[in-house]
Order: sequence, then C-alpha cells, then structure tokens
Amino acid sequence: MAQIFHPSTNTVARVSIFGALFSLLVLSFALYGLSASPYFTDVNQPKDQPVPFSHRHHAGELGIDCRYCHTSVEESSFAGLPPTKTCMTCHSQIWTNSSMLEPVRTSYASGKSLEWVRVNALPDFVYFNHSIHLRKGVGCTTCHGPVGEMPLTWKANTLQMSWCLECHRNPEKYVRRRQDVFKPLYEPPDNQEELGAKLAKEYKIPSPANCEHLKKCQMMTNCTTCHR
Amino acid sequence: MSAEHSAPIIEPGHSFATVTDRISAIVLTRKTGRGWWLGFGLAFALLMLFNLSITWLFVLGVGIWGINVPVGWGFAIINFVWWVGIGHAGTLISAILLLLRQKWRTSINRFAEAMTIFAVCCAGTFPLLHMGRPWLAYWLTPYPNTMYTWPQFRSPLVWDVFAVSTYATVSLLFWFVGMVPDLATLRDRAKDRISQVVYGILAMGWRGSAVHWHRYETASLLLAGLATPLVLSVHTVVSFDFAIGIIPGWHTTIFPPYFVAGAIYSGFAMVMTLAIPLRKFYRLEDFVTMRHLDNMAKVMLATGLIVAYGYMMETFSAFYSGDLYERYMVLNRWTGPYWPFYWSLIACNIVIPQVLWSRKARSNVSLLFVISLVVNTGMWLERFIIVVTSLHRDFLPSSWGMYWPTKWDIYTYVGTLGLFFTLFFLFIRFLPVIAISEMRGLVREEGGEKK
Repeated sequence: MAQIFHPSTNTVARVSIFGALFSLLVLSFALYGLSASPYFTDVNQPKDQPVPFSHRHHAGELGIDCRYCHTSVEESSFAGLPPTKTCMTCHSQIWTNSSMLEPVRTSYASGKSLEWVRVNALPDFVYFNHSIHLRKGVGCTTCHGPVGEMPLTWKANTLQMSWCLECHRNPEKYVRRRQDVFKPLYEPPDNQEELGAKLAKEYKIPSPANCEHLKKCQMMTNCTTCHR
Repeated sequence: MSAEHSAPIIEPGHSFATVTDRISAIVLTRKTGRGWWLGFGLAFALLMLFNLSITWLFVLGVGIWGINVPVGWGFAIINFVWWVGIGHAGTLISAILLLLRQKWRTSINRFAEAMTIFAVCCAGTFPLLHMGRPWLAYWLTPYPNTMYTWPQFRSPLVWDVFAVSTYATVSLLFWFVGMVPDLATLRDRAKDRISQVVYGILAMGWRGSAVHWHRYETASLLLAGLATPLVLSVHTVVSFDFAIGIIPGWHTTIFPPYFVAGAIYSGFAMVMTLAIPLRKFYRLEDFVTMRHLDNMAKVMLATGLIVAYGYMMETFSAFYSGDLYERYMVLNRWTGPYWPFYWSLIACNIVIPQVLWSRKARSNVSLLFVISLVVNTGMWLERFIIVVTSLHRDFLPSSWGMYWPTKWDIYTYVGTLGLFFTLFFLFIRFLPVIAISEMRGLVREEGGEKK
C-alpha cells in the first residue's frame, strides 16, 4: 500500500505540538502587551484641544490654583470644567488680540461653550468622588500626573481598576498632607511611608493597615464602594 | 441463570472481518441514506433556528426571555442542568464500567461518549448566553488582569466553570484516544485521497504495534481513572449552584447525590433514545443486542428509584424541618399554579418507569423507546420544577410572580436539540459509531473467532 504521508510528517506533527503551545504563549503575551499599551489605555497621549491650553504655563509657571478653574473639586464628585467666562477674567485684559485665543473670544461673544476634549474619563459604572479623595490627602497630581509640566494635557494613568486598587490597598504610599494636595509640582518626601502611615491614621483612611484602629478593614476594597 | 443473562452481548457468527466491515461500512462504503439526509436536514434547520435566536439575544439582551424578578433563572439554567445531566451516562459507561470490566459497555461506549461531548456543548452555551454579556465570559477564568481581582472562588457558579470545562476536556480526550485505532482502520480502508489524509491525520500515525497498544491501554486506564470522579463531581457541583443558595427547596444536603442519580438516569434514557433508532436503521442489532437494552433499562430503574427517594426526602425534610417556607414550597409544588408540571414529573420519572420491573417490558424495544422519551421529559420537568417553583414564590408575598417562557426561550432550547442532533448525525456519518477494535476483542473473548 502506498504511503499517505511523506516521512517528514512525523517531524511536522511533533513540531506542531510545540508550535501550538508556543503560539498560545505568544498570543497571550501579545494580548497583555496590547492591553497595557498606550494605544489601548491612552496614557501619555496629549489630546488636541479647540484651544491649545497649557497647564504647564497656567498652573506650573504662573501658579494659578487648580481650584480657580476646577471650582467644584472640593465639594462635588466632579471637579468641574471652567466656563469661557473664567478664561475671560484674564484674557479680556491680556493677549486680547492673540489669534490662538480667537475661539475663546468667539465663544464668549456667542455664548456657545468651548468643546474641550475629555482627557480623563471613568466609565459610568464606577462611582468616583473628587472631594473625598482631596479630603483624605490624595493630591491632584497623584492621579493626574505632573499637570504643572504638561503643555497639552494627557492622561497620566490608565484609570484601570488595578490602578485604583493599587492605592486603595496601600494608601500610605500615596497620601500627602491636606495643605499640599493642590501643589501642581509636588514631590513625595523621602519619609513617605512614615508620613503616609501617620496621615492615614490622622485622616481616618479605612485602609487594611488601619484595620485595628477603625474596624473597617475592607471598606476601601469593597465592590460596592465604587460599583454602587 | 435467567434467559436474558445468557443473551449475548454480540450475536454469534461474527469474525474480526465481519465486525470491521459492518461498522466501517457505515462511514466508508454505504450510500448515505435518505433517512440520514432527512434527519440531518431537520437537525440543521433547528441549528439555524438556534443561531437566529442567539443572534437576536445578542442584539436585544436577555430581556427577550421570560426571566424577570423574582424568577431570574429560567430556561437557560433548566436546559443547562438537563444537558449536563444527559452527558453523565456516557462518562459512566466509558469510565466506571471500563474499570469494573463490564464487557457489555463495549458496543455502546463510543456513541455514548459522543453523546456526552455533544450534550456538554449544548449545556455549555446556556450559562454563557444567560450571562447577558457573553463576550466577557473569560472573566470567569482566573488570570492576571487589569482589575486586580480574581473570580469569586466562594461562588459555586465559578466552581461550575472548572467542573464543566474539566469534564468537557477529559471527555473529549477519552473519546478521541479511544477512537485512534479505529481511525487508523478507517484510514487503511479509505479509498479516496481526502479521507485517507483526514483519517490519517486523526489517527496520528497509529500502526497497531505492540508498543502502541501498550500505550493505548495505559492512556485509556489513566483517562478512565480521571473521568471516574468526574461522573460524581460534575453534577455535584451543578447541584451546589442550587444547594448553596438559601432558597426553600434548594438548600438541602440531599441535592448532590440526588442530582448525580438524576443525571445518570436521564443520561441512560438518552443513550436508549439514540441507541434504539441507531441499531434499527444501521442494522446493528448484532452488536447492540437485547442484553444491552435490558441492562440499560435496569440502570434506569435503579437510578430512577434513587431519584424517587430524593423526591421523598425533599418532601419529608420540608415537613420535618418545620420551616414555614420549606413547607409552603412543597405545598405550592403540589397544589400551586405549577401543579400540572409537578405531577407530570412524578408520573414521568417515578410512576411510568416502574414497568421496567417486568422482563417482558424490558424486551419490548418500542416500549423502551417510549419510556426513554418519557424519562427525558420527566427529567427536564424536574429541573423546571426545581428552578421555577422555588423562585416564583419569594419570601415576601408582595414579590411573588410567575414565570412563562417566551418564544425565544423555546427557540433556544429547541435550537440546542438541533445542535446536538446535527453533531450526532455528522458523527454517525463520519466516525465509527461502535468501537471496532474493542468489538474485535469481544469477538475473541466470546469465542466467535476460533484460533
């Protein structure tokens, strides 16, 4: 009887077993790489805006307080985007003829809002509140990155759940003193661990480390804290 | 010894060659009959109905089904449990009966294993469809993820994922490994190039050497050892889906054994439903003899009695517990709005199968076929009663409700029957329905082939 297969089929068959395992491995690494890549997470990708607003200039160099524009950040879940009127408090006096600011003046004259491109957005199934985070010593730049150095604003963190939990499980690594939360160029001190632990206690942060103290060990990692 | 015990497990007069010819001819030389095309066409049409209904489900969501508060588990869960249960007979026949050296399993194990795999395919679709967002099904598996969370390991629904996927994997391996020598037979007998290559690849270079047979036997035994605990564990885990919940009628310790017995009961009924037409249309009466049907009927009778004991204990513990909700649950099953379902279930699963005590009934093929259908129906009704009657009367009467399936529920269910039978018809046409190599062994042991 004639052979159905060429003798090399034996080798092909053996190689294909390893090939299948290898491709699976490669595929899972590729998927992991894709999900962590800026293409997927948008991290470090500056967004074009109707007006090329620079946080570096306004917050970093001029030292305008975050709350001057993001007015509701201490009282509300939403930090707030400034109306055109806020821009015009200064720009009715300075750079009044700048062509770059033409859309701002048009918006002010017509009453039609500037349509800023959202940089940081959480999905709707997550409840997030800015005010409580500030109150517990989480600074603007802890999540939004070095905003005082951004010529055009970009997303500094993935906003993936793993990133949220990183801090919710170990807030001591990140919290700062309340008077420092709005510093646009804050650098954590060398004794962050020590300071963080002290502040977590003082601000009554219900983290696992404060478990004994507050008897609310799981509050910060409970599903319903964020997914209500 | 009674007459039926001396009934052969393979009719006399067969040699190695006739066994091989008869079984491989179904695949290789016989013309594909009109009956096959008719059956396959019907099954395929139902499969298309299944595709249609799940497409519509993906477009609109689970709202197209009849589920709502308080009955959140409807047809999807009923059908899942029913299909998983059916699969169990295949594993029992191939694994436990192999280890117990029950020779009569030889001619039915192949298609019973095929039935297992196809039933698990049907079962597996339901929890996925029921999730609402099936494209996130991979969340059920533990893997390093961007959410920094693991599946909820305390939930039996997660155990289900492991139980059913292990079951599917082991069953598939068992089926395939057992088929390798037969695939080689088909490869050697195939006339055209395409079948030679396809069967050749599937046979994985089997040459029938002593080393091959040695490895084959070892692998079969190992897989049988792996599959044996699965016969008991899979439906136990499925029963935990209910028993872990604190719902009246679910939260009982009788559930695991009673589910396993029910699974084997319905599984044997399905094997019978498939075996009787199969042996008739393909003239396999020599291989699937009256002895097989008789034995299967006895297994059905035994497991049916265990199931009956389960029903009795459910009722007993409801009253013995003194728990208001448990008692009401039983009374509601007896006299509530779903009473016709409950009493048909008792008739189908307990009353009617009692005729199997009679030897005359066990040797009446048409009657056995009817009873197997009745038991299949009864076991489906059992799952309906368990899922629906416990949920539709919530603890607060203000939350009481009713559950009725919508047409999409029914299409999806009938659709999985289409999936099952499509796969089964393809199996009959393209793979050996009976284990040729094992039947040859049987011929030697039963003295059919002298020398």
